[in-house]
Amino acid sequence: MNRERLRSIFWKEFIQMRRDRTTLGLMLGVPVMQLLLFGFAIRQEVRNLPTMVFDLSRSQESRQLAQQFEATDNFHLVGNVDSYNGAIEAVDAGRARAVLVIPATYARDLKRGRPTEVQVLVDATDPTGANTAIGAALLVGQRASIQILSARTPGLGAATPVDMRVRPLYNPALNSALFIVPGIIGMILSNILIVTTAMAVVREREHGTLEQLIVTPLTRSEIMLGKIAPYALVGLVQISAVLVIGNLLFHVPVRGNLLIAYLVSFIFIIANLGLGLFISTLATNQSQAMQVSFFFLLPNVLLSGFMFPREAMPVGARMLGYGIPLTWFLQVIRGVLLKGVGLVELWPQTLALVGFALLFFTFSTLRFHKQLE
Amino acid sequence: MSEPGAPAPRDPSGSTTVVEVRALSKHFAKVQAVNDVTFDIHRGEIFGILGPNGSGKTTTIRVLCGLMTPTSGTAKVAGFDVATQSEEVKSHIGYMSQAFGLYRDLTTEENLRFYGGLYGLESRLDERVAWARERMMLGEIMDRMVLPLSGGQKQRLALGCAMLHQPPVLFLDEPTAGVDPGARRLFWKIIRTLAAEGTTIIVTTHYMDEAEHFDRLAFLSKGHLTAVGTPEEVRSSFGKGLSLEDIFVQLQEQST
Repeated sequence: MNRERLRSIFWKEFIQMRRDRTTLGLMLGVPVMQLLLFGFAIRQEVRNLPTMVFDLSRSQESRQLAQQFEATDNFHLVGNVDSYNGAIEAVDAGRARAVLVIPATYARDLKRGRPTEVQVLVDATDPTGANTAIGAALLVGQRASIQILSARTPGLGAATPVDMRVRPLYNPALNSALFIVPGIIGMILSNILIVTTAMAVVREREHGTLEQLIVTPLTRSEIMLGKIAPYALVGLVQISAVLVIGNLLFHVPVRGNLLIAYLVSFIFIIANLGLGLFISTLATNQSQAMQVSFFFLLPNVLLSGFMFPREAMPVGARMLGYGIPLTWFLQVIRGVLLKGVGLVELWPQTLALVGFALLFFTFSTLRFHKQLE
Repeated sequence: MSEPGAPAPRDPSGSTTVVEVRALSKHFAKVQAVNDVTFDIHRGEIFGILGPNGSGKTTTIRVLCGLMTPTSGTAKVAGFDVATQSEEVKSHIGYMSQAFGLYRDLTTEENLRFYGGLYGLESRLDERVAWARERMMLGEIMDRMVLPLSGGQKQRLALGCAMLHQPPVLFLDEPTAGVDPGARRLFWKIIRTLAAEGTTIIVTTHYMDEAEHFDRLAFLSKGHLTAVGTPEEVRSSFGKGLSLEDIFVQLQEQST
């Protein structure tokens, strides 16, 4: 490693980066846009599901039940239908995602102390929304039952034999943004760094400048370091932007040690730069580099636990997820930011990241070197 | 003209041998790209390497630039062995590819300064950039981006970058592809001056009319050296009345 040569190649990379306004804009704009979109738009809990009521009972009791549905926030009553077919049509047409069907015998059965059946039709094309609706409907049913029972048996009061108290830790308000924002840091770092590194190296090859570089005294390691160091720096800027905006806008805390967050992010950045370099050795032009990158990016979104809970995945998919650095990084960054834990708790994941960084980087370096020959 | 890192050996004719190729072979897994090639190139010579595509020209140049190690045989460039001293070889040669390995989003001056930095010019950088500006006639385009420059301007800039560190040996790989006749003439004028000052210049080309600029040349065919000498000697070795172009076409037909 020669200092003057390294200085020259850094200087050149920074001039190029500064001049390529589009890429620079994307590298800094995309993280902010993703943060705003994911932070504001993504809500995993479903609220205000448009709901119709098919009330055959037309009694005070049935209207009370409908009110209890409305009161949950999960359902929003948007109207009445007067036939079963009408109910199905409303769901078919998308005017309602759920229909509450109260039988004609509802009030009568209750008065006589007989069990009664209430039906809730749920549009389950989207299972996530349907699950929330089903859970909420069952809860309404239980509450209504308890109310009726306690009214019937004086002295029982409102108390239930088992009182389940749930205390949500780390994110008591169940704020989605708190979960999503640290994930975005990992997502942005891996996606943008992989693509831009791969493209930057392939561009040098496409333009014939790589050929010119290798006949200079510049060593292969210097070429590589010169190419990736500026992007590592961009990665650190991206993390900082997301942390600051995430904190100001979505109140995402930094409960653990910020230095550890940066340290682990840096290891993760190296792993991704290695992967980008690897992709550049597979691709012969920029559009190929783009497509190969996407091949690696999709599992990042789907299998890492960025949005979809890994616990819900079949064993095979979960195993596959362990092969993705982002999976481990998310555990660390969420742990540090939200739970306030450090390396004492997260050393296995950190070690896994170090392993990935070493593996990817060594492997791509060797491949990159060999390819220049 | 800087001194080569080690004294070059003298050959019997009295001129200094700057490139010495002895029984050089380079084989790949499937192809024997270069086979048992031997030739010398002397100081200040303009030496042409001619041959159809796939004849081993590019491989020969790559071995001489220290980018590939020979399978057998030896090659010395500016006194350094390409197999064992490739780093020294690299800092004593200039190389200009047909693709003009310049950064299009940098200005002329930035390209020069970048390559100057890579060759470790440090305190001599300003002086050498001024030299390139004058010799390569880059005055008007120093502050302009490379992208919109003409083929001739890019070519002269690439030559300037390659000569910035005053290498004793300069490789030109198809240097005049895509350059108009006026710019080609200007380019050869500059090349001849550099040679007259002592730079040894090795050129590959497809344009047989450029052979008039060569002091000596080598014809490669299927990895073998078929002829080496002055254009006159090479012509006569192939039979009477044949032009270099005829020889080239003949070799090309044989190799397909």
